Amino acid sequence: MIQQTLIDLWHGFGIALQPHNLMWAFFGVLVGNMVGVLPGLGALSAISILLPLTFVMHAVPALMMLAGIFYGCIYGGAIGAILLNLPTHPPHAVTCIDGYPMTKQGRGGTALGITMLASFFAASVGILVMIFFSPVLVGLAFKFGPSDIFAVMLLGLIAGSTMSGGSPLKGVAMTLVGMLCGVAGTDVSSGVIRFTFGLPDLADGVGLVAISMGLFGVADFLINVNKVSFVGGGTKVRLRDMRPSKAELRQSFLPMVRGTLVGTLFGALPGTGPTITTFIAYALERKIARDSERFGHGAIEGVASPEASSHAKTQVDFIPTMCLGIPGDAVMALLLGALMIQGIAPGPQLITEHPDLFWGLIASFWIGNILLVILNVPLIGIWVKLLQVPYRYLFPSALFFIAVGVFSTSNSLFQVIEVLVFGIVGAVFLKMRLPITPILLGFVLGPMVEENFRRALQLSHGDLSVFVTRPISATFIVISMLLIVGQVAAHVYGASRKDAILPRDDAAPQVQ
Amino acid sequence: MVQLNASQKRDLGSGALIFAIGAGATLLGLQYPIGTLADIGPGLFPTTIGILLAVTGLVIGATRLEVHYKSSDNAPDWRGWGCIVGGTLAFAVLGLYFGLAVASFAIVFISALGDRNNSIPQAAMLAVAMVVVSIVVFWWALQLQMPLFKLG
Repeated sequence: MIQQTLIDLWHGFGIALQPHNLMWAFFGVLVGNMVGVLPGLGALSAISILLPLTFVMHAVPALMMLAGIFYGCIYGGAIGAILLNLPTHPPHAVTCIDGYPMTKQGRGGTALGITMLASFFAASVGILVMIFFSPVLVGLAFKFGPSDIFAVMLLGLIAGSTMSGGSPLKGVAMTLVGMLCGVAGTDVSSGVIRFTFGLPDLADGVGLVAISMGLFGVADFLINVNKVSFVGGGTKVRLRDMRPSKAELRQSFLPMVRGTLVGTLFGALPGTGPTITTFIAYALERKIARDSERFGHGAIEGVASPEASSHAKTQVDFIPTMCLGIPGDAVMALLLGALMIQGIAPGPQLITEHPDLFWGLIASFWIGNILLVILNVPLIGIWVKLLQVPYRYLFPSALFFIAVGVFSTSNSLFQVIEVLVFGIVGAVFLKMRLPITPILLGFVLGPMVEENFRRALQLSHGDLSVFVTRPISATFIVISMLLIVGQVAAHVYGASRKDAILPRDDAAPQVQ
Repeated sequence: MVQLNASQKRDLGSGALIFAIGAGATLLGLQYPIGTLADIGPGLFPTTIGILLAVTGLVIGATRLEVHYKSSDNAPDWRGWGCIVGGTLAFAVLGLYFGLAVASFAIVFISALGDRNNSIPQAAMLAVAMVVVSIVVFWWALQLQMPLFKLG
């Protein structure tokens, strides 16, 4: 079994190292790295904007590129947090607490060096977990019937909407809104056209690219216009500064391992947001430290552990997406959508039917991570300069790319109107402090949930007990129920303290 | 009557909005056949989601137990919003009647004017630069299926 895995992995490296694939993986991590540094633009918007490009590409390089954007972005986010105290992406907000004081003490380079080391270590562990855990999970997944898939998806939806930070109820509401968006179009089972408001252009449903570009691109511009002007000043970091000392290495090794464990654990749980993961890793470090007063004044553990956790989570996140076809969060939902657009059905058969894709992708993770470590050294300076490009030039150009990009998905200007509508809707939700990332999760999972629910009941001739008599499905239903009961109980017993500490994944609230 | 602070008012508002979406979806969903358990029709799923949404909206509006946010800058920015929406609409309309070049210029020029710090020449220059990108990258290199120029 392990031998077979190693052979497959070797094969994967062969694919990932093909010049054409390598080029796209490189392009992906480069774009991701840049976008990660820029505030306001996240992995979601970058992937949405580049999604139309993948329509003309082969599936393997397309996915390598999109995945590269995702983890490249996480490397980039740490740079802004440490050097400029800019939590460009909420998961890195916690890195600011100790990373920026280190920069002020002139140890910014060391913080970045440790971050890179921790990131690479954690990503490698995450990839190893993925390599050895995926085949096991796939073996199990073949036993899944429609009712089991429905139950797993239900758990994913509930976890995704309630545990990503912020108010759980609002997350649930937004997930439901997303599922509703997924209803529009032709019903697969009956052929009935639903929720199109008489618009023939909607018969194929709402476009994935349109909804994601609207929510994560246009909505952002509407919120930020005239509010954000330029972003930050310059900080010089030399290569020499980035090498941590032996003592610093020793000091940050265990936090790195602990952060990796936290990230791996949370990555395996569907729906837990990256923000919650990094905050828990940080809280854990502070709790077990002998002198917790150092935290907040440039403690290197406070940088190493959360950054490690976010990278481990990022890699482990791919497991349920690739093995079960069930995305754990919005980025994974988008990648899954990209796969389906390529005509590849996600699910347990993916590894056997498309071994090139699966093993090539895993190998490209490693190559991409190495590229990022190498790239970061010369590029940090450039990215910091890029932060000085004024927003007033950035957003009109990005809007243009969005319009052209979404048009190209189906050569229809109606898609541009769709983007605009979702942009306005997203901006209204953001203004009302409603989280928008669960919408995408609901949108992608909704139709699958409906289909599996209907198929399960068709097979059982309308007997609802099928969801609780099959062991796999019963287990997941029980976990889902426990999660809901737990949330309600936490709410009743005044655990709103948690909300005060944890910012949510998109609109971070500030406590008065 | 209890005085509501800003975040509670916002929760009341979002509760109402979510309730309205849910109620609307329920009414719309009921127009499609519900079917039976063994053979579920296209109406059941949207109706169920609609009802769940409406209930969630009511609970959000009724509890308002959210942490208190620092009230951020909430002044409406009609110029920014109008220009972004207008620019995108202009792309769709002009793209249909006049082709890619005009549409590209319009979306960048109009949306750039949404930022108070952009002057008309600056916006025009940015727009011209993007038209060049549009022609070279999208029309020529990527063969975008939209004519560069057309009339009517």
